[in-house]
Amino acid sequence: MSIIADDISYTYNTGTPAESAALRGVSLTVERGEWVSIVGHTGSGKSTLAQHLNLLLTPQSGAISIDGVEVKPGSKRSREFRRRVGLVFQYPETQFFAETVRAEIEFAPSNWGSRGDVLKERVDEAVSSSGLDPLLLDKNPFTLSGGQRRRVAIASVIAMKPDYLVLDEPTAGLDATGIKELTQLLGKLRNAGLAVVQVTHDLRSALSLSDKILVLENGSCVVYGSPELVAEYLVDNPVRGLVIPPVVRFVSGLREKGIDIPLNSGLGEIIKSIEVFKGRL
Amino acid sequence: MRFMSSLSIGQFIPGESFIHRLDPRCKIIATIILMTGLFMASGIPDFALWICLLVIFSTLSGIKLTTILRSGRPVLFLVLITVVLNLFWTPGSPLVRLGPLSVTREGLIVASSMGLRLLFLVIFAGILMMTTSPMAFSDGLERLMSPMAVLRFPTSEMAMMMTIALRFIPTLFEETDRILKAQISRGADFESGGLMRRARSFIPILVPLFVLVFQRAENLAVAMESRCYVPGAPRTRMNPLRWSGRDSSALACLSVFVLFAIFCDRYVFKIYLTWFAAQ
Repeated sequence: MSIIADDISYTYNTGTPAESAALRGVSLTVERGEWVSIVGHTGSGKSTLAQHLNLLLTPQSGAISIDGVEVKPGSKRSREFRRRVGLVFQYPETQFFAETVRAEIEFAPSNWGSRGDVLKERVDEAVSSSGLDPLLLDKNPFTLSGGQRRRVAIASVIAMKPDYLVLDEPTAGLDATGIKELTQLLGKLRNAGLAVVQVTHDLRSALSLSDKILVLENGSCVVYGSPELVAEYLVDNPVRGLVIPPVVRFVSGLREKGIDIPLNSGLGEIIKSIEVFKGRL
Repeated sequence: MRFMSSLSIGQFIPGESFIHRLDPRCKIIATIILMTGLFMASGIPDFALWICLLVIFSTLSGIKLTTILRSGRPVLFLVLITVVLNLFWTPGSPLVRLGPLSVTREGLIVASSMGLRLLFLVIFAGILMMTTSPMAFSDGLERLMSPMAVLRFPTSEMAMMMTIALRFIPTLFEETDRILKAQISRGADFESGGLMRRARSFIPILVPLFVLVFQRAENLAVAMESRCYVPGAPRTRMNPLRWSGRDSSALACLSVFVLFAIFCDRYVFKIYLTWFAAQ
């Protein structure tokens, strides 16, 4: 069960003076239960790719298949696929329109036909799995804090029971606590079997959280693979606008001194290998 | 599903052409002259001249003729209604009968000239907007309206309001597109159900859009006040408008053309029309 994007390209405003290529032959596979990060600086095409996974855009060349079915443009089934691939937009709290948090979360499942007890169950499930305080359900979403609003927005997408969750810059505009809590929440959802696709420009969080990373620059894939592979590649071939995390630079410095550790090591591994190195001296 | 194109109605197309470099005041006056001319034109043959003018404008502005013609697209529906109404409801000698309705010879003339007039009005306004940046446009308008300051008319405030409004049209299009996509990905359906259901389905678009507009307005107001914006304060300009000989001659050429078109319409093409009416 997976989403497979095969060599997809997309150009905005084809045939007008504002024509711009957003994606040039990008391929990506997202398996259920996986955490995939799409990394790139502003304008690299990462949001365009996210909208393709949700079928809001259809590739002008190449193909998208979801759970083994290739989705054709204008297909009758795209609505069903759109439910399976939940998309949380950047600053999702700007899409709020309902008077209560409950009505906001009910919106998506009721659009797919949930009514009565089923709907209530969906809302309760979404609230508990997104870690939202049930007391907030009858509040006006506009009165909540930034972190709470983000949670409501994610709950409103989870309520339609997607198999994949695509998030466009989910931590943008949140404070440190908000970011930490949200990352924990996404980790929990992934462990519950959901695929998480995170669009971000923060290489550090991508390297520490993902199973796979796709790095985009000007709509083309720069490197795609495991965090170790991506870190190795980026240390040798820096991409403009992507900051290599200090830890990775530090580890790469250690390797130049002859300490043999993987680039994407955690703190524990680094300390251990330094001690081993000291012992050898 | 097709989303709103980011290239909205009458958007400025940057360029360095002859028309682009004309003084915005010149272009605004020229558009007014053209519109007056259009209202005085009544015959179809006259529109051949206007089409020639479009070709000339296309060459002088470096904008493709198809792009210029496309600016008339938003009013095409309105034009169609005008044409149909005039075609069937103008009394006169009938040409074709369709049940209780009949197409009259007079109806044909009135309908075609009304339709073309409306279309050309929008296209000429479109050329003005395509070749004049919003800043230059509101600057020009402000200067043109400046005599009204004697009557205590707040010209610079009006111009400022217009600049802001124009500036935010593309932004609002983008935001609408984003909200629309977000609601679609949450399963919103704008295409099925009766009229009431469809109207209701736009609430999830309109509410967030209004919230956003008010937020933006508030932020902009704060930003302007923090930079000491005082309404109506006397300001100098970084790039003051300069009326050159080129502007005067362009305006003179255009006036001659419009007068010629009106003359043709009144005296030359009338012969054709009387011939047509006599058939």
